[in-house]
Amino acid sequence: MREVGERDLEDLAVGAAVLGTGGGGNPYIGKLLAKQAIREYGPVRLVNLDEVPDEALVVPSAMMGAPTVMVEKLPRGDEIIHAFKALEDYLGRHITHTVSIEAGGLNSTTPFSVAAQMGIPLVDCDGMGRAFPEIQMVTPTMFGVSATPMALADEKGNTALINTVDNRWTERLARSITIDMGATAMIALYVLTGKQLKEAMVPGTIGLAQELGRLIRETRAAHGDPVRAILERLHGFPIFAGKIADVQRRTEAGFAKGEARIEGIDGDADSVLTIRFQNEHLVAIRNDEIVATVPDLIIVLDAESGEPVTTEELRYGFRVAVIVTPCDARWRTPAGLALVGPRYFGYDVDYVPVEERFGSTGAVL
Amino acid sequence: MRIGIDVGGTNTDAVLMRGRQVLAGVKTPTTPDVTSGIVAALRKLVSDSGLEPGEVQGVMIGTTHFTNAVVEAKRLMPTAAVRLGLPATQALPPMVDWPERLKRAIGGHAYLCHGGHEFDGRLISPLDPEELRRVAADIAEKGIRTVAISSVFSPVNQELEERAAEIFQTEVPGLAVSLSHEIGRIGLLERENATIVNACLRDLAARIVEAFHAALAEVGIGSPVYLSQNDGTLMSVDYAERYPVATFASGPTNSMRGAAFLSGVLDCAVVDVGGTTSDVGVLQHGFPREASVAVEIGQVRTNFRMPDVFSFGLGGGSLVSRNGELQVGPESVGYELTSKALVFGGETLTATDLAVAAGLADLGDRSRVVHLDSRVIEEGVALMQNRIAEAVDRMKTSAQAIPIVIVGGGSILLRDHLPGASDVIKPEHFAVANAIGAAIAQVGGEVDRVFSLDQMSRDSALEQAKTEAAQKAVAAGARESTVQVTDVEEVPLSYLPSNATRIRVKAVGDLELEAETVAGSR
Repeated sequence: MREVGERDLEDLAVGAAVLGTGGGGNPYIGKLLAKQAIREYGPVRLVNLDEVPDEALVVPSAMMGAPTVMVEKLPRGDEIIHAFKALEDYLGRHITHTVSIEAGGLNSTTPFSVAAQMGIPLVDCDGMGRAFPEIQMVTPTMFGVSATPMALADEKGNTALINTVDNRWTERLARSITIDMGATAMIALYVLTGKQLKEAMVPGTIGLAQELGRLIRETRAAHGDPVRAILERLHGFPIFAGKIADVQRRTEAGFAKGEARIEGIDGDADSVLTIRFQNEHLVAIRNDEIVATVPDLIIVLDAESGEPVTTEELRYGFRVAVIVTPCDARWRTPAGLALVGPRYFGYDVDYVPVEERFGSTGAVL
Repeated sequence: MRIGIDVGGTNTDAVLMRGRQVLAGVKTPTTPDVTSGIVAALRKLVSDSGLEPGEVQGVMIGTTHFTNAVVEAKRLMPTAAVRLGLPATQALPPMVDWPERLKRAIGGHAYLCHGGHEFDGRLISPLDPEELRRVAADIAEKGIRTVAISSVFSPVNQELEERAAEIFQTEVPGLAVSLSHEIGRIGLLERENATIVNACLRDLAARIVEAFHAALAEVGIGSPVYLSQNDGTLMSVDYAERYPVATFASGPTNSMRGAAFLSGVLDCAVVDVGGTTSDVGVLQHGFPREASVAVEIGQVRTNFRMPDVFSFGLGGGSLVSRNGELQVGPESVGYELTSKALVFGGETLTATDLAVAAGLADLGDRSRVVHLDSRVIEEGVALMQNRIAEAVDRMKTSAQAIPIVIVGGGSILLRDHLPGASDVIKPEHFAVANAIGAAIAQVGGEVDRVFSLDQMSRDSALEQAKTEAAQKAVAAGARESTVQVTDVEEVPLSYLPSNATRIRVKAVGDLELEAETVAGSR
């Protein structure tokens, strides 16, 4: 167990954006909310998976909706308490821990708010090890954990409690309710026992995000190469260095889809890397050949500062380093790939782990 | 004829222009009271050019006063920040992320009230006039004379901010009101911050505008006065009195626009080399490219229009050091260049000395640098060219070589060829490029709104945005026949199935001046 204070959140937010692979929402608002809650209620206790009793009742908390709305209609602050109370009433039990369902982006810091307000510990793990666009895309789905009962709450005092036949239906119904609530809602879902938590979640990812943020900050202060530091920590592969030449975006079925074209420099001169995204980066295509796909993490970093760049910030002229890091091993199973593999997102290719594509050449740095 | 003035921290520059012709340019020291420095510059301009003050049709002024006031947290008014959005937004009240010093300087008065819109135009809650009257009474009792009103999604629907403003002005006569939808974009905290900063500058704005008028009256110039904004367009003084925040960062913008004008190149990189630092920016269609990420001013996060400028420590006064690797900058002798540099009789080896030794410039006493090691000269000069070229490359949008226009006193450091440049241009009058930028500024209008493409086609949404932007430009003083759309940006809003998209359009046109076609730069 250790305590997380206001200052730690700065690093955490930066590292979370690295794991966000271009999506996951801008962590600035999430960071401010967590800071306010800690300022008011004191530091949050962060516990490791092995510190959680098997019979614990753990409920992930998150923010759902459009990132562009989240920066305008800010929360009231106690929405998540209403969602938690609604679940506790339904279950007839007290929630003992909370956790992040998505370590990438905004939702890495969201649970700090409920942990501080309710005085419950936050467990250092998440359900993705990165960010994904839909509710069912979490490791607990593979372990048969139901997303429901799920509670949604808005700032007006409305709460909705849903039960669904599977986790894709949860995504569908929760999306509609969120839109009616004004395109943002605080949500509590994937009720887990301590035992399920240990089995189904990706361990240590909140600590990892904080460590990544600190690495970027400290490496830069020491005039080192932050991109290299991130690569080493995540055992990743630098697949491209270049400048963004074009960004196209469109809205399709409620998602921000599009692609960024990056023209190579240095060793990659005369090549073009295209990154396609649906909120998060999905595939990277070098000239005409796919060189990386989900569920591996396709991360775009500012070439100089090492700061992660979200798809909303992508624009002409950015000089970037594109790196790919291995995803959690469970995403590489048939069940994992059915949920988040390239075919789910409409790319008719087999998933090849990044180590197999680039590993033979060693981690080229 | 028109006069452009740039009131900088060190110098006040003034130029006289007729159409596209620069008739005279002067440089005088800035004075603490502003007025006497401007008067001195104008007097010099009159005597240099034989100008009849009555012939002047417009005076355009660029100033860093308001930025400095915020950075120093001085000369600011106690301000009420009123936000309409309850029950939403309480978790992060106004000024939540401000530095304590600045918050204290304006009193930290925040009021959360009902109101605000959803993304799709529904109300979050109705406005509560009684609630606003109670806030107004409190404001009056505290003696606060300026208020910043921000409503959730006001860039999509401004109605609530306007109704709240009416109530406040009825309840507290003479209260200065700043409305967020007129100042910023989507992003409540950043827009609200800019609005509060604007509100606390209202008194200073009135005083500065008065100082400008007094200076002009003293010299006998009675023409309209305009201030330059951060995006290279002008605003009337009346507007500037209400929206001083719009002047932020107009300095680099003016020097870039001036560079474009002097060189005649509209798409290029501009390098402004000063004594200590260099600024690099990119011009697109004659206007500075804007930064897309949040910009902090005095540690306050804002999202208003700012030029994308990369600054680094290389200038005419940069120190040259030789411990191990040769280094030029970032340390500089600054304003002491004319006494400390070798060529000026000093003992410090500076970038200017290298330039003189290499034959790039003819300044001071060249015999004082003949003893320098030729390898140091060669290496140092190459280093400077490379640093500039790298900075330009960082700002470029494609690998293609582009023209580079160089202005500022330190431009003597650079050769006529730079890697990655299709052409290197050092225009005439380079030292007063920023005053020229102020003189030739245009007027613009901007639309930034969320459209639902379920109800209209993308084309008609774009058309509607363009028409509105053009109308706004005309309302701001542009001549209708010269207005054109200069920027269109579209951001689909993720996760929303109603196919909502955010469209930003900017239109600009020449300022309508009597009997003179303003020097358009297209």
